[in-house]
Amino acid sequence: MSQDTQHRGQETEELTYREAIHDAMVEEMERDDDVFLMGEDVGGFGGVFGASQGMLDQFGEERVRDTPISEAALVGAGAGAAAKGKRPIVEIMFSDFVGIAAEQLLNQTAKMRYMFGGQADVPLTVRMTEGGGTRSAAQHSGTMHTWLAHVPGLKVVAPGTPTAVKGLLKSAIRSNDPVAVFENKMIYGQTEAVPTDPDFTLPLGEASVEREGEDVTVVATQRLLGESLSVAEDLDGDLSVEVIDPRSLYPLDTDTIAESVRKTGRLVVADESWVSYGTHAELVARLSQEAFYDLDAPIQRVGVPDVHVPYAPELEDEVLPDGEDVRDAVERLF
Amino acid sequence: MVTFDLETADGRLDALRRMQLVREFEETASRLGADGILEFATVHLCLGQEATAVGACAALDDGDDITGTHRGHGHALAKGLDPERMMAELAGRREGLCKGKGGSMHLADTDKGMLGANGVVGSGVPITAGAALANHLDGGDNVSLAFIGDGAVAQGQVHEALNLAATWDLPLIVMIENNGVGEFTLADEQHNIEDLADTAAAYGIPGVTVDGMDVEAVWEAVDEARERAVAGEGPTLVEGKTYRYHGHFEADPEPYREESEVEEVRENRDPIATYRDRLIERGDLTEEGFEELVADVEAEIEAAVEFADAAERPDPEAAYDDMYADPVPEIDELRNPTLL
Repeated sequence: MSQDTQHRGQETEELTYREAIHDAMVEEMERDDDVFLMGEDVGGFGGVFGASQGMLDQFGEERVRDTPISEAALVGAGAGAAAKGKRPIVEIMFSDFVGIAAEQLLNQTAKMRYMFGGQADVPLTVRMTEGGGTRSAAQHSGTMHTWLAHVPGLKVVAPGTPTAVKGLLKSAIRSNDPVAVFENKMIYGQTEAVPTDPDFTLPLGEASVEREGEDVTVVATQRLLGESLSVAEDLDGDLSVEVIDPRSLYPLDTDTIAESVRKTGRLVVADESWVSYGTHAELVARLSQEAFYDLDAPIQRVGVPDVHVPYAPELEDEVLPDGEDVRDAVERLF
Repeated sequence: MVTFDLETADGRLDALRRMQLVREFEETASRLGADGILEFATVHLCLGQEATAVGACAALDDGDDITGTHRGHGHALAKGLDPERMMAELAGRREGLCKGKGGSMHLADTDKGMLGANGVVGSGVPITAGAALANHLDGGDNVSLAFIGDGAVAQGQVHEALNLAATWDLPLIVMIENNGVGEFTLADEQHNIEDLADTAAAYGIPGVTVDGMDVEAVWEAVDEARERAVAGEGPTLVEGKTYRYHGHFEADPEPYREESEVEEVRENRDPIATYRDRLIERGDLTEEGFEELVADVEAEIEAAVEFADAAERPDPEAAYDDMYADPVPEIDELRNPTLL
């Protein structure tokens, strides 16, 4: 279902990706007193990229909590508060820092429910910004969504549009499972008409066909979604490109993507993560399982070619995947 | 309200009985691990450490939370968890507290405020700080207590959580059971200070070191810490110096100490024997009364073993349950691969 069809008839307003995150948090905190936000500089400073501007004034310092620079403590405390019935939103400033909280996320949060035989729900939301393009070098420019999507017990979303991030962040906060929300900071300024209904949510595990096409399917996440849509526009007339935002990485809506690939016979997977052993590989595996006999060409992967994100603009631009890489991949298939 | 009031004779007898319950549970687990229904089990026994577990939990309210350690059977029993369902969990049975999914290192009973033993040294402290945060946000009078061993004081996340809780004045108590040996290496080879509660100074909170073989000393320290926590004055770090009679786990050859050292402690400082003697001296208890208590506890643990022995083994299919509150399709699809 395309987004236009999906939200037709709903009242919308033009929001940036940043504003959509902000509104999602505000609406959920207004709706449910158990929801609170904590993280480094989320209060007085309003979040390092401004997502929680004004929230301290609106909700006060009990529910918008500036924390010490202690990712392990924040995620662990989020899990503990969640196990007691709260719905914490924990912000980790950059996903590159998630390793500091890895023990609490991978070994505690993800396993608590299972190890306890289903006794404890852990309705924790962990938000992380990620992605390259800010000339900040390797420790502030990576993506870690693939890493967390590998860990059972967590759910992982990486929405590519303002509508998707609003709907999925709200669902994450309402979910009784721990959900990691990955926000690409380079698309914080992108705008879109987003539903204003405070009960608007999007289900975890549902992909969105953002543009319909006949000749090739491009599954693109985060920043690469918008760039792939531009490529599709440019190629229009020569090639008809279908573009899908998976939105959720785990659970992953294989059916929507498989249906598309059965139609087009060709697939490009574009995700800003290291190419080896990752999100691309998972999509390749699932689609070779679901649409093997419908594929007319090998599946193409567009990502970061197994190097770190360097500092100098010439170097960073070289390694970050972009529309040109998507276009090259599409053209390789014909 | 405290679980057991050690300022009354009844409360003291309850504490003594609970320590004996831990002792009997652990000795039984040791025996069944060598020959019986726990032969496959990995257990870390807390024999010798009964006073820290029971003294601390006795000072808590029923509605307070705790987290335990890998050496956590005593914490669970002290918090009032059912020995039958604990033993069934150790035996990996369906009626176990965690349906056989957690075992000894993940014993939990969230209804009783036991938010989990933990297989990772120090990891329970951030979680307990979060429980304390939830209690704080709810505005009630409940507190959260994390048990840790001496080894955990070298874990960074423990200090992150202490700093966070101290900065926010959270109702948290961290109870260090310093048994003098972290896994297989002596504590004084792992730390540069003798009293681990001294680390509290870094967070501007009280650090109290007490005799962890004395249940009343532990109770008093935790009772005071709880009062501070409820009054909004923040966390306290309590250290009980205790002793571990068995190795890190049952097959530990214990090259780090002489057997005579263990015998000396058992003979002179045993937390149950010394407390029994003190209560007899005070007139709270008679020799016969203690014998009855021991027999009563033996019967309770025997019943727990019978329950565990008779309990059903889990259906293997249950391995795929309990991952999520709202399940994902992936698990079923991966279990049932099909070709196109």
